[in-house]
Amino acid sequence: MTAPDQADYVEVRNLRRLFDVSRPWLNRVIERQPRQFLRAVDDVSFTMPRGETLAIVGESGSGKSTVARMVVGLLAPSAGEVTIAGVSMTDPRRAAERRALRRRIQMIFQDPYASMNPRWRVDRIVAEPIRAFGLIEGERAVQARIGELLTLVGLHPDDGRRYPHAFSGGQRQRIAIARALASEADFLVADEPTSALDVSVQAQILNLMRDLQDRLGLTYLFISHNLAVVRHMASRIGVMYLGRLVEVGPGRALFTAPKHPYTRMLLDAVPDLAHVGRQRVPVQGEIPNPINPPSGCTFHPRCPFANVRCRAEVPAFRDGVACHAVQEGRLAPGTADAVA
Amino acid sequence: MATSAPAGLAPEAGPPPSRLARFLDSDLLASFRRSRLAMAAFAATVLFFALALLAPWISPQNPYDPAQLELMNANLPPIWAGDGQAPFWIGTDDQGRDVLSAVFYGMRLSLIVGVLGVAVSGLIGIGLGLVAGYAGGWVDTAIMRVADVQLTFPAILIALIVDGVAKAALGGHMDANAQIALIVLAIGLSFWVQYARTVRGSVMVEKNKDYVQAGRLIGLSAPVILTRHILPNVTGPVFVIATINLALAIITEATLSFLGTGLPETMPSLGTLIRTGNRFLFSGEWWIVAFPGLALAGLVLAINLLGDWLRDALNPKLQ
Repeated sequence: MTAPDQADYVEVRNLRRLFDVSRPWLNRVIERQPRQFLRAVDDVSFTMPRGETLAIVGESGSGKSTVARMVVGLLAPSAGEVTIAGVSMTDPRRAAERRALRRRIQMIFQDPYASMNPRWRVDRIVAEPIRAFGLIEGERAVQARIGELLTLVGLHPDDGRRYPHAFSGGQRQRIAIARALASEADFLVADEPTSALDVSVQAQILNLMRDLQDRLGLTYLFISHNLAVVRHMASRIGVMYLGRLVEVGPGRALFTAPKHPYTRMLLDAVPDLAHVGRQRVPVQGEIPNPINPPSGCTFHPRCPFANVRCRAEVPAFRDGVACHAVQEGRLAPGTADAVA
Repeated sequence: MATSAPAGLAPEAGPPPSRLARFLDSDLLASFRRSRLAMAAFAATVLFFALALLAPWISPQNPYDPAQLELMNANLPPIWAGDGQAPFWIGTDDQGRDVLSAVFYGMRLSLIVGVLGVAVSGLIGIGLGLVAGYAGGWVDTAIMRVADVQLTFPAILIALIVDGVAKAALGGHMDANAQIALIVLAIGLSFWVQYARTVRGSVMVEKNKDYVQAGRLIGLSAPVILTRHILPNVTGPVFVIATINLALAIITEATLSFLGTGLPETMPSLGTLIRTGNRFLFSGEWWIVAFPGLALAGLVLAINLLGDWLRDALNPKLQ
């Protein structure tokens, strides 16, 4: 429907994913239980212009990793559509175009100890996408390209002859980035790329990713639960709660004037040196069971501003937020202190 | 934003260690060197394999060649029992066949059948295990239910059924090679379940690891992912099973031959030798059955001890 456009290089529309968590068939029949579905992602929509970093934050179980896996195509959506560079990732009629697009979309995984075949040497790991897509002819040219990629991510070309276990977590994440770039990808989905790393190494990897973005014009979808990391990386931030996107906004605006009560609660919980010793409002309650989510706005059991309408009616996503209180004007955008 | 790109690992002097150097440095070899039992079992296994492979060159006579048999030499006792004669160190049978030569040749057949049987069951089991674990769903259910049903029968019974059905179908007119192939198939079909279950379990763990997802992400097909990425990472337990199953396969072949459905008397394996020798046990010619029996017991014991050690050495929880 749209030509590839600067404004929406990546377009995600009404994405939904259910997981079947039913007991086995025989148990269901004998124990008279219905099928059960876990709604991991529900009606998530966003767009990303080329060169942007959109970060998605949320607690464990909010569905952010499921969104990431659906965007790269590792997981089929139950409903909704992902369109990248104008090509639908779900439409069977566009399979040929999708194959051509495949190499431009890569993923950086959370655990750099599990994301590489432990029996392969690093040069073979990095070269695999090049060989799989037939990007470079000739073994010497491939080796030269591997050296180039390893240098690009701050490693030495000779490191290609070692096995992954010879590297630290941060170095492995560099290798993972080199591999993602090997297929000349321009859209990288990073699923908590630093959460398995030492704090001292996290900043190095984040700086490398920003530097590569500036040099190569990469677009990042950045999944994280760490607000400090997100603040460092993202131009825009989306907040997920129980499978739904509750607020999307430019990074600075979201940190200084959060709209959704959940965003305020998250920001209030961030440890801050300026507030040492001060009494802080703790995050109240826990994320409910997604198999049986609360009615209406799923956040209402934890929300200090919830009223009857919030318990009955799912808020629509409008002007970057999905909240009745904000949309009715009951709650002005403000600092986290407005909650108290 | 200045990039603080630290230098990579300082390049070490010289090339990375070779495969041989890495093997010599491995935990497995260190564990082997610590275990006298493992070394003894390994030495015995190598000795048995060497005797079996070199049988045509080290045997005093070819027990399959009737022209070399002399009835004059029939029923000679072992050399230390008074009547023994020079080339027949552990005696002869009722047709003048040298027992030592027959044991060497029989061991050769037993090992051939055992190794091929393990290979066939391994191929079937690994293949089905890979498919079941990776595909999941009804494919997995179908394969594993067949495996479960087969597990309720003893392996020897499966082998007997396969052997019997095939012989009935072919009408009993089979040359020796066809008989070997048949018994290999019978053993292969009896022992694949253990491989399939083990491989399936490992595949289900590996297929969710990110390196497999990374392979899917660059559009690799399922067969490529299975053979290139998953298979090399699930072979550890398979080697242990294969070693232990080699002893089991040899015993199964011997049992079948002892029961008379295995290899023919013209081409005797250890089991056939024990069956024919059994007839002379009560007439005092004990050596005809005792030495093939000892060879079988020694061979199976050595391989089993090696398999047990390998299982413990590769078990990270025991280290």
